[in-house]
Amino acid sequence: MEMERPVNLENELNLKATELRLGLPGNDDQPEKQYSSRSIRSINKRFSSEMYTESDAQKGDHQDPSPATKAQVVGWPPVRSYRRNVLQPKKAEADGAGMYVKVSMDGAPYLRKIDLKVYQSYSELLNALEDMFKCTIGVYSEREGYNGSDYAPTYEDKDGDWMLVGDVPWEMFMTSCKRLRIMKGSEAKGLGCL
Amino acid sequence: MMMNYFPDEVLEHVFNFLTSHKDRNAVSMVCKSWYRVERFSREKVFIGNCYAIDPERLISRFPRVRSLTLKGKPHFADFNLVPPDWGGFVYPWIEAMVKLGVHLEELRLKRMVVSDESLELLSRSFVSFKSLVLVSCEGFTTDGLAAIASNCRFLRELDLQENEIEDRRGHWLSCFPDSCTSLISLNFACLKGEVNLATLERLVARCHNLRSLRLNHVVPLDTLQKILGKAPQLVDLGAGAFVHDPDSETLNKLKNAIQKCTSIRSLSGFLEVAPCCLPAIYPMCLNLTSLNLSYAPGIHNNELIKLIRHCRKLQRLWILDVIGDKGLGVVASTCKELQELRVFPSDLYGVGNAAVTEEGLVAISAGCPKLNSVLYFCQQVTNAALITVAKNCPNFIRFRLCTLNPTIADPVTMQPLDEGFGAIVQSCKGLKRLSLSGLLTDQVFLYIGMYAEQLEMLSVAFAGGTDMGMLYVLNGCRKLKKLEIMDSPFGDVALLADIGKYETMRSLWMSSCEVTLGACKTIAKKMPRLNVEIIDEGDQMETSPDDRHRVEKMYLYRSLVGHRRDAPDFVRTL
Repeated sequence: MEMERPVNLENELNLKATELRLGLPGNDDQPEKQYSSRSIRSINKRFSSEMYTESDAQKGDHQDPSPATKAQVVGWPPVRSYRRNVLQPKKAEADGAGMYVKVSMDGAPYLRKIDLKVYQSYSELLNALEDMFKCTIGVYSEREGYNGSDYAPTYEDKDGDWMLVGDVPWEMFMTSCKRLRIMKGSEAKGLGCL
Repeated sequence: MMMNYFPDEVLEHVFNFLTSHKDRNAVSMVCKSWYRVERFSREKVFIGNCYAIDPERLISRFPRVRSLTLKGKPHFADFNLVPPDWGGFVYPWIEAMVKLGVHLEELRLKRMVVSDESLELLSRSFVSFKSLVLVSCEGFTTDGLAAIASNCRFLRELDLQENEIEDRRGHWLSCFPDSCTSLISLNFACLKGEVNLATLERLVARCHNLRSLRLNHVVPLDTLQKILGKAPQLVDLGAGAFVHDPDSETLNKLKNAIQKCTSIRSLSGFLEVAPCCLPAIYPMCLNLTSLNLSYAPGIHNNELIKLIRHCRKLQRLWILDVIGDKGLGVVASTCKELQELRVFPSDLYGVGNAAVTEEGLVAISAGCPKLNSVLYFCQQVTNAALITVAKNCPNFIRFRLCTLNPTIADPVTMQPLDEGFGAIVQSCKGLKRLSLSGLLTDQVFLYIGMYAEQLEMLSVAFAGGTDMGMLYVLNGCRKLKKLEIMDSPFGDVALLADIGKYETMRSLWMSSCEVTLGACKTIAKKMPRLNVEIIDEGDQMETSPDDRHRVEKMYLYRSLVGHRRDAPDFVRTL
């Protein structure tokens, strides 16, 4: 590794160097090439892989690196580990762990579990339930609920109340649904009449 | 001299008006009698580095201490640069205070290791203990909190900020006896587990002086509504889960309760949030002076902006970068009283891009004349922008800018950011704290050394070209207290140029730089009042290391009590 000659402090204190121009840095004759040598080498040692090569750095990084090329350096960005743990695992959960809820159906001998995160909308969810339990749930309507069908899907929300599936926006349903129960049409008729 | 004939009581009375510990320290150095009077009347002590002094010496100098603030690990420990078990244990301090009969009333700790045993000992030993504030600490569980709740009969404040606490799902909150009515401040936002909601409601109901309450994310909106009904006198609120059906009775009740909470000036929380419920808090926004939504990733850009439009009196704002440059423009036009802004990154692994650039910062600097403290994570920044910010805001006390790519150049000119940061230090004559990022050469350090006369803390990463950079700072910044450097090409020449300087500073951290073991040994040998610690996590220690080897992590700090005796294996004190 090249060691630059230690520069005498006096030589550095020339007026040009200390002139602080409150304007855009113009084309200067000062060759600021030093930054391309040491600090980049230092970075290369600590970046986890193939990302920031010397040529990338010299280009000044103006194309946005694609996701795969973002480096993971310990200590950067300087964000408290507490904050990282609070904000990021939520993402990890979203990609990995899923949001499993129990599903019971009146008359069925055992319960099932499904991952709500797999579905993007109510229709997908209901289709999957129909498949899983070999029943027909029918179509939701705001006025009639699932009237007319053999079964109605209901869920228990965070407050412990039993709600009809479909009333609230999908995202809200996802965050508040604790478990599902597919009610027999005869019982469910009561709900539909509300 | 006349002053020598003032009775001690007069001096003590005068000293009571000095609230800052710096002033009291200054006063104690005037003469022997002032030293004596000051030390016997000192009740609040601040120790910036727990290893700079030991508890016995502290207590013998200040026998009447009632309030102790201690900081442990170096700042870069926040970013995982310091291995676990490094140190910073509070137990010996508590033990010593018990033994020496200190009447401790208040303990404030930052970046320290706090065990359940120490919390239990604390809770049982100090009859008038009133206030426990733990920031970025670790090592304890909810069992320790249970001890505090059970035994501290006159507890006023339990403030837990961003700690790693193992949640044993016990019933610590239920340990507050029914007779406890003294709470003024309760913050358990960082706890991950459930709390008994009925217990919480009863506790809030009987603590009529409760001013500050920060709930964790498992406390549902329903409970919040009930709590606000019982505590309309609250000044500071941290919401738990803010999720509900927007058309529900519960939300209506919440809105009514909020109408009655006319004292709330500070709001935080919302880790879980249904944005459609947010309008319920708009009435609160009108009087807010402090808003922290940096842990509310569920609030999207447009809802954030809608909310902020109501916050005309904001002085402090902490948010995520989802606010975007446009949102910051709204902040700039709405929050004319703004003094402190922190914009945190929402995406830590660089999968997307940060939503803010230099434009947002420029807008804020132009719109908020009282701005004096900034922490800004952004995608990029230009020299022109920094120069404009410097011109708009000469009053910065703290300026921390973090580009997500640590060595990014000015994207317009492709130049380093030396001129931009140089403008900041030249314009902001009162700047005490500065963090740099982006492509930077020795030039920026020349500017810092020349202009940053009040600078006390400087954080450097991936910057500089030669030892000159570090030398400019050490030679120029007379008030420098803390210098922390990572991944920069500074070596022995800079490190050894003026080792006496380090005794005027609290500490120096250098990691992934070019300093060698030999240079560190030199300092340790010549300066007995400095502890020079090498953190070695690899195999360097096994073979007897060559003095020419680079040291990966070095932490040096002044100390009156020599080498610490609790250093783990991977820390070698030279």
